Amino acid sequence: MMSLPLYVQGAWFLGAALFIFGLKGMSSPASARKGIVIAGYGMLLAIAGTFLIPGLQNIALIALALALGGSAAWISGKKVKMTDMPQMVAIYNGMGGGAAAGIAAIEFAKGDALSLATTILAMVGALIGAVSFTGSCVAWAKLQGVLKKAHRLPAQNAVNVILALVAIGLGGAMVFMAPAKPELILAFFAVSLLLGIIVTLPIGGADMPVVISLFNAFTGLAVGFEGYVLGNPALIIAGIVVGAAGTLLTQLMAKAMNRPISNILFTPMVASGPGEAIEGTMKELSALDAAAMMRYASKVIIVPGYGMAVAHAQHKVWEMTSILEEAGVEVKFAIHPVAGRMPGHMNVLLAEAGVPYDKIFDLEEINGEFGQADVALIIGANDVVNPSARTDKASPIYGMPILNADMAQNVIVIKRGKGTGYSGVENALFYTDNCRMLYGDAQPMAGEIIQHLKAMG
Amino acid sequence: MDGLLALYIFMLAAFTGYEIIAKVPVILHTPLMSGSNFIHGVVVVGAMIMLGSADTVIQQVIGFFAVALGAANAAGGYVVTERMLAMFKKKEDA
Repeated sequence: MMSLPLYVQGAWFLGAALFIFGLKGMSSPASARKGIVIAGYGMLLAIAGTFLIPGLQNIALIALALALGGSAAWISGKKVKMTDMPQMVAIYNGMGGGAAAGIAAIEFAKGDALSLATTILAMVGALIGAVSFTGSCVAWAKLQGVLKKAHRLPAQNAVNVILALVAIGLGGAMVFMAPAKPELILAFFAVSLLLGIIVTLPIGGADMPVVISLFNAFTGLAVGFEGYVLGNPALIIAGIVVGAAGTLLTQLMAKAMNRPISNILFTPMVASGPGEAIEGTMKELSALDAAAMMRYASKVIIVPGYGMAVAHAQHKVWEMTSILEEAGVEVKFAIHPVAGRMPGHMNVLLAEAGVPYDKIFDLEEINGEFGQADVALIIGANDVVNPSARTDKASPIYGMPILNADMAQNVIVIKRGKGTGYSGVENALFYTDNCRMLYGDAQPMAGEIIQHLKAMG
Repeated sequence: MDGLLALYIFMLAAFTGYEIIAKVPVILHTPLMSGSNFIHGVVVVGAMIMLGSADTVIQQVIGFFAVALGAANAAGGYVVTERMLAMFKKKEDA
């Protein structure tokens, strides 16, 4: 490592320390905002310190690139709607992966004599950074609706494996034939970038949150490895902390969906058969009856799903909640870990509508309470309340932890139509005796309920 | 850098990341993913170092893109995380 003046090293050291403090702060809702601000100062400090490196060339170019990339992202980040947050996180993450791959590309282009371990880590970092870059771009395109269909190649898995092996082979050649020829470097990056696209294309929208989280961990690792190549501990620490945190987060999400990560990457979600025949019929209900049922209940649990967010109904739902609370009804929100398009996404959407976070409960906290609830109101959620996940071994969602909404005295479901959920599985809950359907868009429907509630006083 | 020393840093950093996340409530998972996304935006520092020592046009072009991408990662990650976290309120201060 080149020896750098103390003020540069010090700025990086402080930056890394502030990152850890900031992340720690983000682990509780009360201190989370302070946490990100602290981490933000860490970033400014680390960047400022880097400018002070003696003999730094191309300073004007650096400043221009910082200004361009930074301002474009700043503006888009300010504008993005909360429902579109997952794809925004995906694209920013992909950019970080791209930057890590770029660092490695320059390192290889320079062809400096590096130790074997350093060259290997530079290559591995470049590979996962490049995969994260293009993969995240595909994830963005899918969630944004630019790419509508899941494209599955014939023998997709074989193609994945072969491409990965080719990338690793080219990378290995680069390591052992150092300094590598430009053609080899180019081929390695081309295959790595292609790998990210091919692996991500067939993955369906429902699995996308897990994929974004996985790529987030990937980028972290790539940054950590390139940090080693550069001899920069701040990059190593930030990258590896994120890599580890992201890996754990990915596992938590995959567990919540009951889908091992390998399944998400290698097998599409398909119904493995019709499942058990569901008996009974769906019974409709009017908005007036729904309003009355909740108004005279003592406890209501609301289960919001992505359908609510798409319909932009969260503000109305919160207004309805406030009216019910004023009438003395206890109202709680139950959130499934994979509600929305990212774990915790639903919490963000409810927070945006002004719902205090102490009214929001996750699966483990609230599942025991459904038995005491008079009404479970399900808005735009489907698979996460399907009791088949508990009982029907043939169901593709069997084993996924669900919210036990069916145990409430009465269940009201606000739903656009009779269709199935994201997984394409029929929901047995809708056919049970204590369940009533309220067909319509969540926003006008909540508005109608509010009208009736107000009329009841 | 001393390889063995780096290995210790890897180990400790991985442990730190694991411990921090293990205690986080589900409601913060999205902001946290976004927040950790911001933190690996520090890659911009590495990109700056590379561009700062680039000596051919090709290296400058790659370096320029790397810095721009890294800066976008950091700036965008910060803005969206801060926006999300600013919305989390308890009942009293709502």
